[in-house]
Amino acid sequence: MTEDDSPGVPVPQVLILGIGNILWGDEGFGVRAAEAFHAAYETPRGAEVMDGGTQGLYLVQHVTAAGDLLVFDAIDYGLPPGTLHVVHGDEVPKFTGAKKLSLHQTGFQEVLSAADLLGRAPRRLALVGCQPLDLEAWGGALTDPVRAAIGPALAAAAAILAGWGVPLAPRRTPGAGLLGNDIDFLSYERRGVA
Amino acid sequence: MGIQTPNGFSLDNSGRRVVVDPVTRIEGHLRVEVNVDAQNVIRNAVSTGTMWRGIELILKGRDPRDAWAFTQRICGVCTGTHALTSVRAVENALGISIPENANTIRNIMQMALYVHDHLVHFYHLHALDWVDVVSALSADPKATSTLAQAISPWPLSSPGYFRDVQGRLKRFVESGQLGPFSNGYWGHPAYKLPPEANLMAVAHYLEALDFQKDIVKIHTVFGGKNPHPNWLVGGVPCAINVDGTGATGAINIERLNLVSDIINRSVTFVEQVYLPDLKAIAAFYKDWLYGGGLSGQSVLAYGDIPEHANDYSPASLQLPQGAIINGNLNEVLPIDLKDPAQIQEFVIHSWYKYPDEAHGLHPFDGVTVPNFDPKLTKGTRTDIQEIDESHKYSWIKAPRWRGHAMEVGPLARFVIGYAQNKPQFREPVEKLLHDLDVPVGALFSTLGRTAARGLECQWAAHELRRFQDKLVANIKAGDLATAYVEKWSPDSWPAKEVQGVGFTEAPRGALGHWVSIQGGRIDNYQCVVPTTWNGSPRDPAGNIGAFEAALLGTPMADPALPLEIIRTLHSFDPCLACSTHVMSPDGQDMATVTVR
Repeated sequence: MTEDDSPGVPVPQVLILGIGNILWGDEGFGVRAAEAFHAAYETPRGAEVMDGGTQGLYLVQHVTAAGDLLVFDAIDYGLPPGTLHVVHGDEVPKFTGAKKLSLHQTGFQEVLSAADLLGRAPRRLALVGCQPLDLEAWGGALTDPVRAAIGPALAAAAAILAGWGVPLAPRRTPGAGLLGNDIDFLSYERRGVA
Repeated sequence: MGIQTPNGFSLDNSGRRVVVDPVTRIEGHLRVEVNVDAQNVIRNAVSTGTMWRGIELILKGRDPRDAWAFTQRICGVCTGTHALTSVRAVENALGISIPENANTIRNIMQMALYVHDHLVHFYHLHALDWVDVVSALSADPKATSTLAQAISPWPLSSPGYFRDVQGRLKRFVESGQLGPFSNGYWGHPAYKLPPEANLMAVAHYLEALDFQKDIVKIHTVFGGKNPHPNWLVGGVPCAINVDGTGATGAINIERLNLVSDIINRSVTFVEQVYLPDLKAIAAFYKDWLYGGGLSGQSVLAYGDIPEHANDYSPASLQLPQGAIINGNLNEVLPIDLKDPAQIQEFVIHSWYKYPDEAHGLHPFDGVTVPNFDPKLTKGTRTDIQEIDESHKYSWIKAPRWRGHAMEVGPLARFVIGYAQNKPQFREPVEKLLHDLDVPVGALFSTLGRTAARGLECQWAAHELRRFQDKLVANIKAGDLATAYVEKWSPDSWPAKEVQGVGFTEAPRGALGHWVSIQGGRIDNYQCVVPTTWNGSPRDPAGNIGAFEAALLGTPMADPALPLEIIRTLHSFDPCLACSTHVMSPDGQDMATVTVR
């Protein structure tokens, strides 16, 4: 998953993962936060920034391969819209129902749970969550309070990574974005278009 | 009140109503209501759900060469197949052809998806409808080993191995974190497997979870990354450089060998784990042949896996194309996705507005105008209290083929291939029926659908091998082309409006995208997805869709524990627009059941 170019030197294997559906209003928070993180910081050596989309159970191999896992996602803790909420380790809910009607309902809780059952759960785990305002806008963009939470979410992530001993440096030269083909944040919302 | 539908089903909604509703904060999703008679047999079924209304609004005015990147976000589990359908639609509209290698690589990507999706569906969604996990805790590991070795040469089958798996499961259950297994209907009388078969299936559940990660490496090799591999109008985005040690992303011998190795291991896993499990489980459920629905009378497949680049004729397509109606398996009718008289979508029972709802619209003329009327629906847009099937009741439109409700998916494909006397579909079906000692009619059932998926997984694994060999042979013959770029620039496109259709067989059934392009930009874009066909509400004539038809006549052991309903719905591998579902502190119960 990540390449260590100097064998023998231990590097933390960190996965910074954004999940959610960018086509679905505030459901896209996690992916947009990961995209913004990728644009703001050089990816630390041994780390990977990933747009996990709505891959559900198919993310399990990335989760089991990660030493430490930082997740951006929308959460429902009954908070005011746009409120950030950070949870660590065992406080991150691991739960799912076998009664779901579709494989496409696999929540991230189930992915964490499956990693556990395989005996390869991440060593350290943190969730940077944001309470959504609107999850029903199909084809909609992030709402204002959730968009405003992205900056603070990056700051929260940076603090967590610092605590894990992962140094961050601002991105010097803008490279290719995490998302291309017109689905990057600005193009998707057509904010970059006249 | 009893009514008769034009497609031959009797509906009676006078009995007790059972509501199965996944609780999500997302509008609609999949929900089912049935009425049972005094003997708890299902006599009326109503299914409703969410679809991606609005994709055309997102895409209107965009560059058609980017449409695949948007459509692959519709669903996280079907990403590749939406992307492939999209690039085919745009190529069809603009008259763009692709090289032979690109066609072969796309086929390999698509069939890797079949193997991956079918395997994951069986073990991670559907097996638990037949396998009682809790019962596995009381299995004898030695007897489990004997059972496993009797049905397969798969090496992971010692008593010690199963004892170890049982120990892991026990600790997991005792930890209070039931994870994927929580909230099931454990102990339900509809479970028939002995504890040892349950333990074997749980072990393979874990093995499949581990194995599926290898299959998607094929997507990383050819698509550059995973998740969300890259696609390209005019070909595939990877270059071939056989001698190179790997310009980033280029296909070299090492990567071709990696793909080859994964294919070999996929064939082994499917034949030594998946199919033996399928047979072993089915053998205990031979008397549970409910859920056939439309599969014995009206099935549709667009076909897929073209043998030759740019040839989408039935003769080139390796997965069958055609339609069967009125149960006449002697005749497979030709289909044309551009013919306005064939595929039409109706909205009389959907929360959309048409100028004239007695008639359907072909996707080229498709419109998506929401029309949710709270006065005619109890509840709100996001929290439906009660469905009234006499009014509008679903966000899914009702597609019909020449007016017929159709089932799509692996069973539809196998029924059509069987009717066309194609040995690659007919022979495995006959062998399975023989091994299980059941008549051909057993195919038209929930288990038949599940079995067809397994047989298709095996077919796809072998076809992967064949297309991979074809790719290597073509490269060795000196053909390294993977994309044609002559028509990449919009300057080379027609100035007038052009239309195109792209189709694939997604793992769960026929998928079509219809696109109109004008002045280099998308003017209209419509998707008709497999679950639109299978999960469709009723049409103006009163025909019911595949989900509703499949539930009729099924006896329920206990309406408050609707395992039988979930079993049949899962057999379709339903797909709805994907969300990850927000995390909440106490987790989410994924379904509630109300009996009233």
